[in-house]
Amino acid sequence: MSLLAIRNLSVTFATRHGSFKVVDGVDLNVEPNEVVAIVGESGSGKSVAMLAVMGLLPHTATVTADRLTFEDYDLRRLSDRERRAIIGRDIAMIFQEPMSSLNPCFTAGFQIAEVLRTHLGMDRAARKRRVAELLAEVGITDPERRAHSFPHQLSGGMSQRVMIAMALACRPKLLIADEPTTALDVTVQKQILRLIRALQERHGTSVLFVSHDLGVVAQICDRVSVLYMGKVVEQGGTADILQNPRHPYTRALLAANPRYDRPDTGLEPTPPEVLAALRAEIAAFDAGGSVGEARDG
Amino acid sequence: MTAVPETLASTEPRETAGELAAFWAVYRENKGAVFGLCVLVVIVFCAIFANVLAPHSPIEQFRDAVRAPPIWAGGTSKFFLGADGLGRDTLSRLIYGARISLFIGLAVMGLSSVIGVALGLAAAYFGGIVDVAISRLTDVIWALPSLVLAVLVIAIIGPSLFNTIIAITIVYMPTYVRLMRASAISELAKEYVTAAKASGVGPLRLMIMTVLPNCLAPYIVQAAIGVSTAILEAAGLGFLGLGAQPPTPEWGAMLADAREFIRSDPWIVTLPGLAIVITVIAINLTGDGLRDALDPKMRRS
Repeated sequence: MSLLAIRNLSVTFATRHGSFKVVDGVDLNVEPNEVVAIVGESGSGKSVAMLAVMGLLPHTATVTADRLTFEDYDLRRLSDRERRAIIGRDIAMIFQEPMSSLNPCFTAGFQIAEVLRTHLGMDRAARKRRVAELLAEVGITDPERRAHSFPHQLSGGMSQRVMIAMALACRPKLLIADEPTTALDVTVQKQILRLIRALQERHGTSVLFVSHDLGVVAQICDRVSVLYMGKVVEQGGTADILQNPRHPYTRALLAANPRYDRPDTGLEPTPPEVLAALRAEIAAFDAGGSVGEARDG
Repeated sequence: MTAVPETLASTEPRETAGELAAFWAVYRENKGAVFGLCVLVVIVFCAIFANVLAPHSPIEQFRDAVRAPPIWAGGTSKFFLGADGLGRDTLSRLIYGARISLFIGLAVMGLSSVIGVALGLAAAYFGGIVDVAISRLTDVIWALPSLVLAVLVIAIIGPSLFNTIIAITIVYMPTYVRLMRASAISELAKEYVTAAKASGVGPLRLMIMTVLPNCLAPYIVQAAIGVSTAILEAAGLGFLGLGAQPPTPEWGAMLADAREFIRSDPWIVTLPGLAIVITVIAINLTGDGLRDALDPKMRRS
């Protein structure tokens, strides 16, 4: 049985000018001990879909799904209290901006200890030991001392390590990583990716990895779902999708990656006529025709 | 905003003797705040030990000393700051008055802080109809001139020290509610709140443990300055005869009693006025220092 199963997930936001569908019929499975990526451009609904799974969307959002289950829990039917018992313990999440994801008023150690206190009810001494263990595990040197640091005293990479320590504090079965490396520079990005992969392998945690960066996805993910305008346009094995993309949007996304051998591409804004052609192509593809026909027509 | 050098926010953490030491280290940087705190300590000391410090009873009338001048204007050391129109020792009345003024200030601050935090957080967290109800209530209160509203409340519930506190709390409570609501709304939109929710924190704990501490810095300054505003307002009500009732030695009432002597014996009216001004300035300076010291970014720890 899948760890996380999503069937036909839709999220609609009520606005002053009518409703606005951000996620439109997304299907997704995450098996135990698997790293799955969701890729797509900004505004494609990646983060909103993840927040819907966590039940963290504001009241203005309407979430519907034919199926939304985590293990035996039906996430659609949980009360807030039941949901809070699961999230943070069995499903944990890390975010895009490590610097602003930590509470500026409390030390790193205190914030990790809070998660332990909420879900595991450990006593003070046990929490302190565990915090040091966790910080050491995510590769922070001198963990006892760093536990007393306030977030503004930590670098971006270190903050993200603290966030990972916090997320992994209760040994979750599923880690949702919402663009965890986007705000970091390339060297730190690599370290964090290695860390996530290493921890995933050590503990058998499943990871749902949200990103717009296909290079990052290629490094650590087993399977990829490509999201465009709230719909999954293509999914499959990572190597398969990256080497042999079928949907025109996936191809466009791959082409948008900056290439070192051709420094000019990817920096120019896309001309409107190219965008229009791409949209027509995608529409034709989704309508069931092949891409070739759309090009001919 | 007092500018504190960025260099204070050292990036190198080290073991500290304690939170209090770190707090004091930053507080000490602001010389005005230290001065304000010293003056405030003296005033608080006077208020607490009024019965030991005051040379006379604040309500005892010395028939032979009516409108006696202070010592530098030819008075005697028996009445160091002179005596008022009924022959009561001004120094003793000022010392006892500190007790009343500080009590009013702190009581109003405490009451309106609690109400402000509760209503402000509720408005920010629930939004919708709760927010509208709370915000419009504060709007209505704000639409009336503060002193007029306080007078109105006193007229309904009757003049007394306790009712003064209630009236001033009602008048100044909206400031606290608004401030808490505004900062809570902006904090709620931040990523660390989502992160806290994603770690399974309940709503009450989320508001009190996660959001509230981040809203406190401006709130504490407001509360500190609120003490001085409350003291001023109480003095205003006392001046109108609607605050503490005679013979209670309240600074505002002392001003009112002495205003007929403003030409002949100006010190009777000047001294309680000075007491009010000095107290208010001391509290405001202290509040300024508190704000700087409570900002976690300013800490060296």
